Amino acid sequence: MTTSPIAVAGLGVVRGRVTALDDVSFEVPAGQVIGLLGPSGCGKSTLMRSIVGVQKFTRGSVSVLGEPAGSASLRSRIGYVTQAPSVYEDLTVGENLRFFAAVLGVSAQRVEECVALVDLARQRTQLVGRLSGGQRSRVSLAVALLGDPTVLVLDEPTVGLDPVLRRELWATFHRLADAGATVLVSSHVMDEATRCDRLLVLRDGRLIVDQTPAALLESTGAHDVETAFLAVVEAAS
Amino acid sequence: MTTEISPRITLAVARRVLLQLRRDRRTLAMLLVLPCAIIALLRWMFSAQTGTGFQGLAPALLALIPFVVMFLVTSVTTLRERTSGTLERLLAMPLGKADFLFGYALAFGAVAAVQSALAVGVSIWWLGLDVSGPTWLLLVVAVLDAVLGTALGLLVSAFARTEFQAVQFMPALVIPQMLLCGLFIHRHRLPGFLHAISNCLPLSYAVDAMTAVSTRTNPRVGADLAVVAGFTVAALVLGALTLRRRTA
Repeated sequence: MTTSPIAVAGLGVVRGRVTALDDVSFEVPAGQVIGLLGPSGCGKSTLMRSIVGVQKFTRGSVSVLGEPAGSASLRSRIGYVTQAPSVYEDLTVGENLRFFAAVLGVSAQRVEECVALVDLARQRTQLVGRLSGGQRSRVSLAVALLGDPTVLVLDEPTVGLDPVLRRELWATFHRLADAGATVLVSSHVMDEATRCDRLLVLRDGRLIVDQTPAALLESTGAHDVETAFLAVVEAAS
Repeated sequence: MTTEISPRITLAVARRVLLQLRRDRRTLAMLLVLPCAIIALLRWMFSAQTGTGFQGLAPALLALIPFVVMFLVTSVTTLRERTSGTLERLLAMPLGKADFLFGYALAFGAVAAVQSALAVGVSIWWLGLDVSGPTWLLLVVAVLDAVLGTALGLLVSAFARTEFQAVQFMPALVIPQMLLCGLFIHRHRLPGFLHAISNCLPLSYAVDAMTAVSTRTNPRVGADLAVVAGFTVAALVLGALTLRRRTA
């Protein structure tokens, strides 16, 4: 067993006749923000689901914190935010968080901290269904933060957020990483890539880049990540 | 299947389901008022008739209504939970499948208890339903029927992708049981084959139990209730199998 927080080896996922992931291998160290990039439909969500342990896979292995992904003991140590905000629209922000806090067995104090972390203190008595899209995804993010997870898996958490809030969230991700957490964030917004310590780029289910943003720029000779990204994607196809 | 039950998590699920229901005032009002209104309508229908029409049908309806209502409410609510991603999120947390299922059964069982208490109360004290057996037993049967409806609703929600489909299961699963449960024709007067089928359907036993409680001073309903409870447990176990932590 490896000691990397996330270790993926030869992962393959075949869904019907479609190969969603093909021989994906990588390891990430603790305390980093890792960006998972790639065009939509490239397998980002499937990879994240495999790490969280809710995806059936055909080949390979995924270990998280030294245990096979999906192990019962991991459930309180992984925070997972799906693309669609998975919270109850007919409950208020506070009620949602208190419910998930009760499931996780964390304190009311922690609920307050998480509400503050995603900047929703003023909305806490509002029904989630009445919030804007960005606010809803923040509720979903707050739920993922409740258990103070060691590994945080976030599927496009910044979609639909304004630039100010997006910057604040990235700062939050880095604070969590500095505290020792491993944060895996998927995005299709390329300018967010520069905010990551490390980049994984998927294309048609294959991992085509595993580098730091600086190394990616250097190896492609591009001036910005978007151009570099297009260069590697074209080179891979 | 995770067999350990955490009371903390089960209660949290039940409380959350009740909280959602409380927010939905219209559904709550319908849950509580509709059964009483239907029984009252039945009484009114027979008001110009002599004979025991109301007396014969009301117990069966008291068994039927909580079953149908809870079946519908549960299948739609759990389907929503499956499609909104909250179920996947919960299953990625330290939540046992049994916590989830029993949380739902507890919440809807409580609603069913209130619903049935109102319907039974209205039937006895206002509409003059004659109950020979103990009134509390009538309530117990009604609550068990409701929990059976909840369990079946949880199960079928796994086979529906949309709320439209979930609602279609009502006529598919419930109406045949309604026809064969003894409401229209006594079960022993059904053609042999249909009688055999009605012997395999849980609602038949629920209605038998209700009828026994209302017509006999010392009703023996243990066997009937055991069958209803057995179906409930079977549906919950099958329902637990459909709650998959890992999906393709």
